[in-house]
Amino acid sequence: MSPFRRLVARDLRLALRQGGDAATVIAFFVLTVILFPFGVGPEPLLLQRIAAGIVWVTALLAALLSLDRLFLADYEDGSLEALALMGLPLEAQVAAKCLAHWLVTGLPLTVMAPVLALLLHLRAESYPALVLGMALGTPSLSLIGAVGAALTLGARRGGVLLSLLVLPLYIPVLIFGVAACEAAGAGFAARPHLLLLAALLVLALALAPFAAAAGLRQALE
Amino acid sequence: MLEPSPPASAKNGFTGSALACRRGERLVFEGLAFSVPPGGVLVLTGANGSGKSSLLRVMTGLTPAEAGRLAWDGLAISDDPAAHRARLHFIGHAEALKPVLTAAENLVFWAGMRGGTDGAAALDRFRLGALAATPCRLLSAGQRRRLALARLVASHAPLWLLDEPLTGLDDDSVADLHEVIAAHRDAGGRIVLSTHAPLALDGAVTLALGDFAPRWPFAVPP
Repeated sequence: MSPFRRLVARDLRLALRQGGDAATVIAFFVLTVILFPFGVGPEPLLLQRIAAGIVWVTALLAALLSLDRLFLADYEDGSLEALALMGLPLEAQVAAKCLAHWLVTGLPLTVMAPVLALLLHLRAESYPALVLGMALGTPSLSLIGAVGAALTLGARRGGVLLSLLVLPLYIPVLIFGVAACEAAGAGFAARPHLLLLAALLVLALALAPFAAAAGLRQALE
Repeated sequence: MLEPSPPASAKNGFTGSALACRRGERLVFEGLAFSVPPGGVLVLTGANGSGKSSLLRVMTGLTPAEAGRLAWDGLAISDDPAAHRARLHFIGHAEALKPVLTAAENLVFWAGMRGGTDGAAALDRFRLGALAATPCRLLSAGQRRRLALARLVASHAPLWLLDEPLTGLDDDSVADLHEVIAAHRDAGGRIVLSTHAPLALDGAVTLALGDFAPRWPFAVPP
C-alpha cells in the first residue's frame, strides 16, 4: 500500500472506530434542517422557495463542525510532527486527510441532502442539480476548511476563529450550489453553475494543500 | 562572531557548526558545534530548558536554526531536507500513538509510511508481542514508550534522534534499548539522544548544552 493510501485508510479507520465525529455531523445536518419547518411554518410553497438554501447553508455549517478536529488530534498526540518527517510530502498528506474527511462527512451529507430536501418540498427537477452540486461542492468545503484548520492549529479558541476564517471562503460554493438548484427548478440549465462548482473544486485542489501544508509547518516550528 | 572550524571528521559524519536556536524571543543556545561519525553516539545533557529538545528538533529540520549549518557527510542538510527526513527516526516526548488503534496497527502504520517491513519482529524486540492486539488507550506509560521505540526497529533509518528515550522504562526495557542501540551502531548507524539518566554506552560523546547558553539570552544576533 502506498503511503498516501495508508494515511487515508488510517484516518478512515480512526473515524470508524471513534464514530462520534462523523455521526455528529450527520445528526447536526438532519436536526437543523428539520427545525426549519417548525420555525417558518409547514407551508409547502414557502419551504419550496427556500429549500435549496436551507440544505446548502446547513451542509456548510455541518461540514464546519468537524473541521477543527482535522489536524488537532494529530497535533496534540505528536502524530503530526512524526507525519511531517515522513517521506510523503506534507502537501500530499493534507490531500489524503481531506479525502478521508470528505469520505466521512461530505459524502454522507451528499447522500442525505435529497432525503432532507424531500421534507422541504424541493421541486422534483432540482434533485439532480442538488446531488451533483453537493458532490462537486463538498470536497471544496473539506479542502478550504483544511487551510483554516491548519492556520488556527494551536490557537486558543481555534474553533471559533476557524468559523470566522472559513465561512466567508465558503460563499462562492454556496452561491453556485444554490443557483444550480434554483436554475433547475425554474426550468433553466443547471450546467453552467455546476461547471463553476467544478472549477472551484479544481482551484481548491490546486491551492489548498499547499496553503494548509504551509500553515502546518508554521504550527510545528 | 567567532566561527568554530568544523571538526576533522566533518566529511564523514552528521555535523553541526555555529548553531544557534531561538524559541520565541529567547535565544536558547549559540555557537554550538557537534559531530557524530558512523557508529557514534552523541548524548545531550543539561538542565531543563537548556535546549536539548530544541537541538533535536533543529536536527530533524522541523525547527529552522537561527544560525549555523547542519551537514550529513559534508553535504548541507538545507540543500535536500527531504533526503534528510528519509534518513532519520525522531522519537519525541509525544508518542504519536492513536488510542483507538491496537499496538500492532499503530506500529504497522508508522513503519508502512516509511516503507518498513516487519511489525511483529519489532514488537517482539521490545517484548510487546502479547499486547499486539491491545488498543493503545489500555497501555501503560512505559508500554507506550516501548511501542514508540519499536518504530526504530520496524523500519530502517541511519540516524536516530531520541528525546529522553528512557522516560518511564523499567530496567529490562532499558536493557532492551541498550541492545537495540548497540546493534544500530554496529551497523554504522548514528544516534543523538538526550537524557538525564546515566547511560552505559561505549565511546559516547557528551555534549553539555549549558556550555552554549548565550550570555544575554534576549539579544538576537542580526
